[in-house]
Amino acid sequence: MLKTFRIGGVHPPENKLSASEKIQTLPVPEQVTIPLSQHIGAPATPVVQKGDTVKAGQLIAQANGFVSANIHSSVSGTVVAIDNITDAAGLPKPAITIRTEGDEWMPEIDRSGKVEHNITLSKEEIVKAIAAAGIVGMGGATFPTQVKLTPPPGNKAEFLIINGVECEPYLTADHRVMLEKAEEIIIGVQILMKAIDVKQAIIGIENNKQDAIAHLQQTASKVLGIEICPLKVKYPQGGEKQLIQATTGRAVPSGALPIAVGAVVQNIGTALAVYEAVMKHKPLMERIVTVTGKSVKHPGNYLCRIGTPVSKLIEAAGGIPEDTGKIIGGGPMMGRTMVNVDSPIMKGTSGILLLSRKEALREPVRNCIRCGKCVSACPMGLEPYLLAKLSMFNLLERMEEEKIMDCIECGSCSFTCPSARPLLDYIRIGKSRTGAMLRNRKK
Amino acid sequence: MSTIVITIISLCAIGIISAVILYFVAQKFKVEEDPRIDIVEGLLPGANCGGCGYPGCRGLAEAAVKADSLEGIFCPVGGAETMSKVAGALGREVKTEAPKIAVVKCNGSCTNRPRTNCYDGARSCAVEHSLYIGETGCSYGCLGCGDCVAACPFDAIHMSPDTQLPVVEDDKCVACGACVKACPRNIIELRYKGPKNRRVFVSCVNKDKGGIARKACKVACIGCGKCAKECPFGAITVENNLAYIDFTKCRLCRKCVAVCPTGAIHEVNFPPRKTETDAVKANPAAQSPQPTAPAENTGTLSDQTAFTATREKPETSPASATQPEITQSDAIPEAIGTIRENPTLQTREAVEKPMAQNEIPATRKMQEARNEESEKQK
Amino acid sequence: MNLLISPSPHVHSGDTIEKNMYGVLIALIPAFICSVLFFGMGAVIVTLTSVAACVFFEYIIQKLLLKQQPSVFDGSAILTGVLLAFNVPSNLPVWIIIIGALVAIGIGKMSFGGLGCNIFNPALVGRVFLLISFPVQMTTWPLPQGFAGSYTDALTGATPLGMLKEAVKSGQSLTEWMAAGTLPDYKNMLLGNMGGSLGEVAALALLAGFLFMLFRKIITWHIPVTIFATIILFSGILHLCNPDHFANPLFHLLSGGMMLGAIFMATDYVTSPMTPKGMIIFGAGIGILTVVIRIFGAYPEGMSFAILIMNAFTPLINRYCKPARFA
Repeated sequence: MLKTFRIGGVHPPENKLSASEKIQTLPVPEQVTIPLSQHIGAPATPVVQKGDTVKAGQLIAQANGFVSANIHSSVSGTVVAIDNITDAAGLPKPAITIRTEGDEWMPEIDRSGKVEHNITLSKEEIVKAIAAAGIVGMGGATFPTQVKLTPPPGNKAEFLIINGVECEPYLTADHRVMLEKAEEIIIGVQILMKAIDVKQAIIGIENNKQDAIAHLQQTASKVLGIEICPLKVKYPQGGEKQLIQATTGRAVPSGALPIAVGAVVQNIGTALAVYEAVMKHKPLMERIVTVTGKSVKHPGNYLCRIGTPVSKLIEAAGGIPEDTGKIIGGGPMMGRTMVNVDSPIMKGTSGILLLSRKEALREPVRNCIRCGKCVSACPMGLEPYLLAKLSMFNLLERMEEEKIMDCIECGSCSFTCPSARPLLDYIRIGKSRTGAMLRNRKK
Repeated sequence: MSTIVITIISLCAIGIISAVILYFVAQKFKVEEDPRIDIVEGLLPGANCGGCGYPGCRGLAEAAVKADSLEGIFCPVGGAETMSKVAGALGREVKTEAPKIAVVKCNGSCTNRPRTNCYDGARSCAVEHSLYIGETGCSYGCLGCGDCVAACPFDAIHMSPDTQLPVVEDDKCVACGACVKACPRNIIELRYKGPKNRRVFVSCVNKDKGGIARKACKVACIGCGKCAKECPFGAITVENNLAYIDFTKCRLCRKCVAVCPTGAIHEVNFPPRKTETDAVKANPAAQSPQPTAPAENTGTLSDQTAFTATREKPETSPASATQPEITQSDAIPEAIGTIRENPTLQTREAVEKPMAQNEIPATRKMQEARNEESEKQK
Repeated sequence: MNLLISPSPHVHSGDTIEKNMYGVLIALIPAFICSVLFFGMGAVIVTLTSVAACVFFEYIIQKLLLKQQPSVFDGSAILTGVLLAFNVPSNLPVWIIIIGALVAIGIGKMSFGGLGCNIFNPALVGRVFLLISFPVQMTTWPLPQGFAGSYTDALTGATPLGMLKEAVKSGQSLTEWMAAGTLPDYKNMLLGNMGGSLGEVAALALLAGFLFMLFRKIITWHIPVTIFATIILFSGILHLCNPDHFANPLFHLLSGGMMLGAIFMATDYVTSPMTPKGMIIFGAGIGILTVVIRIFGAYPEGMSFAILIMNAFTPLINRYCKPARFA
């Protein structure tokens, strides 16, 4: 019996079209636009000016406050603008635009393929190096990694949990990384273990990635304290709280952080980025993105520079198909639709998914028949039908009572609703309003 | 016979005992309440719309009785008439306020503001606003999902099937402000209703630079400032590339309307303009400045700022308290939910219909047509 | 190119109201076939009339009164029609069925706002209305005789529950009475070869429908199983206390509308609680009320009343039975 989380969950069709496609390196684009806010928290402050020449890997914007992240140039060239650009949602966002000239990297970056094994840095130095490299959660939440590695005083981490679940349908970037960079990942995990001073790390992988499980098990067998935990395929296993429950059986209380049960969760991609930052001195300036979709000519996994326009990536995969109805940054369950395909790839972009019009169009909304399928699908044990209704009437106190703030916005409720009701759309609005009310109350 | 007697006696005894208990309980748990609250509540319209900012009519009545003066307490539904009655009942003075009306400050119909994508989520402006720019290139204008329509307790606002924009009905709107709170993009403003419902306002809220605004919408305000220069009363200010007509200063001369290069300034319910000379001969009144509001109304400028503040923080409004408590999965809220959704229920056909095919006349044309009609009636 | 924009999730399970409603209808087919075998053309006529009337009334009310887009083909009106028919005797005059359909759809469903808004199970509202308004016709049960009997004047008799009530009233010892053989034996009760409403008799066929619905994940096990368990427990205790006065649990389980009610009526999405905990309370309430009405009430059968009473408690149960929260 494979492990999994206890309540709720759904089984969307997996559609891992690009699972057997090797990671390809995308050519350096002529121009990159690097947004100043690619993470949760305050936007970074630019430290370059228009007209400056920068090298790949050079710091171009400094973290602004505790919850923030450094931003580095992903190409070498000239800064042509520091201005608002249109982001994927069509809204203005500050960004640094760099025109590429050659491909000169910062000298300290080790570009050789040699795998470094010896972790010489101390705990504090590791966290410092990670902060300097501007590493954020690569799964899509983009929470600055160094913040997660510095638990609040009084809390002690017991486990490091590595998220190799990739429960989103279609996406295969993490899967490929686990197959092709297993050794680096294991070293990255060891670095993270040292950074939070734990003796035990668990890598959770869903059972639909048998080859990755086997490969990592083999690679990790030499290392003490790293356990590969195969998990039953169920969405949203990649949710932080769900993953902790699936791997350790511990439940994070409502409103608490994972550290409350002694767990620190990091994405598999983050582990790789940590390895590169600490052992190779390479800041977060590239990432692996899955470009996929049923009508896409060559679905695949691409290593591309941060700031590359999405359109370039789609071109590499064979262009936008005729029947495309939706372009999504991320997976189909939690990704965000794009209006503007010239918007850049960011630190948290794990995939570009092109859905056909037929696939993407929502069914007409019908009356709620109170079947309760949303209630049984909710992995947090909430009542989505009720929360959506309370949100429509804007009853903030009632929503707070019904634990709307526990919602992880996984979309299982909307996915499962036979009346095709946009439950999560309303819950999200209600959650943000309730959150604002709670913050006001604190003040 | 004796059965009946016993029954009557025992019933009487129960009645008397109950009465005594009730009397003592009522004495013991008596709540002292100002009887004037009931009187004032009786004078109010009883719609419990929350437009005054208090939780329902009783809330306003309690506040009015408690407060020393009626300043800041105003029932937008009942208007000055009701407030003077309330003031009379409480023996206080009341400030009169010119009647207001909700004004939709966006003219981005499908022809004026081309659609660049197709929104397929929940039909709620709040949801759409939190997600992205909207179906057009304008990140400020109307989203067209009708949150204002759903919020209106007086059925005074409707989506025009031609323009997909909300239209306020002059005679139904009581300026309660529910739509203003509901609109996530703050495009609705409460402005003076004006004599004979005549109003002049900038029908745009786009703060982008002129070029960007114009690219997104043909009738956007580009912040050129021509209107501000033209205005003889200093009522127009341009801030963040957007002109704003202060309705407390505007005298409805309509000079700004003529100079606006994009047609972003709207005049409503005016008689149709003829040629310049004809207009002077036929309707000299329209050319001369018309006083709109009583002189003591200068104080409303601060009202205006207060009003803006509430718009910026809709969460802090006590609206949630005024809403009826819904019981769990009651049939009634479900029914309301249905009504809410159905007018804008999105069918596949509607989504797939190419937007370009919608040949839609601008609201301006409609307003002109309406002006003509009202003139004919006269 | 006009891109579609929506909040996540961007994919859907493909589950629809139709799939669920037609799934329930498919699950009812075995019971219908049994019913036709036992009661002949009467079953067909009653069912078709009821379905046609329900669909017709729903269409008319939506189109003319509510000015909505009629949604009769979502299957809910058809299901109400079938369930109403299954709850009446197979020789019921057509005009009474039409009145029942009008009450079921018009009062039971549309007056609350249509699909998903009703508080009470519409088919049961119709059935109970008919039972109270036309007690003679509604309790004249044709005996199973296959296609031999005609629709209008079939041989009629009492249901096992009716016989039991009479026996108890006349003060006979139940152990003797059961042994005397006036009742159909358990095999026949299981197959449905006894008097009763047209769809409620064939316990085995209804159970087959239950398994089908469980397999297709249309319903969960909670409500039917709790009802069965409560009835077995409650009537079992009574039976053990005084076997001469109280019938055994198996008899209660197989007689009357027990199976139909527990599997198809109580599990109606709209009128049953949403959470497993709530469903168990709901099922236990129905079980207890049914036995109470059957044994101590004036009516021989209590299933419909029990379900309707518990329907009224559903909002309350939903309010206080929250699902198991994460942590």
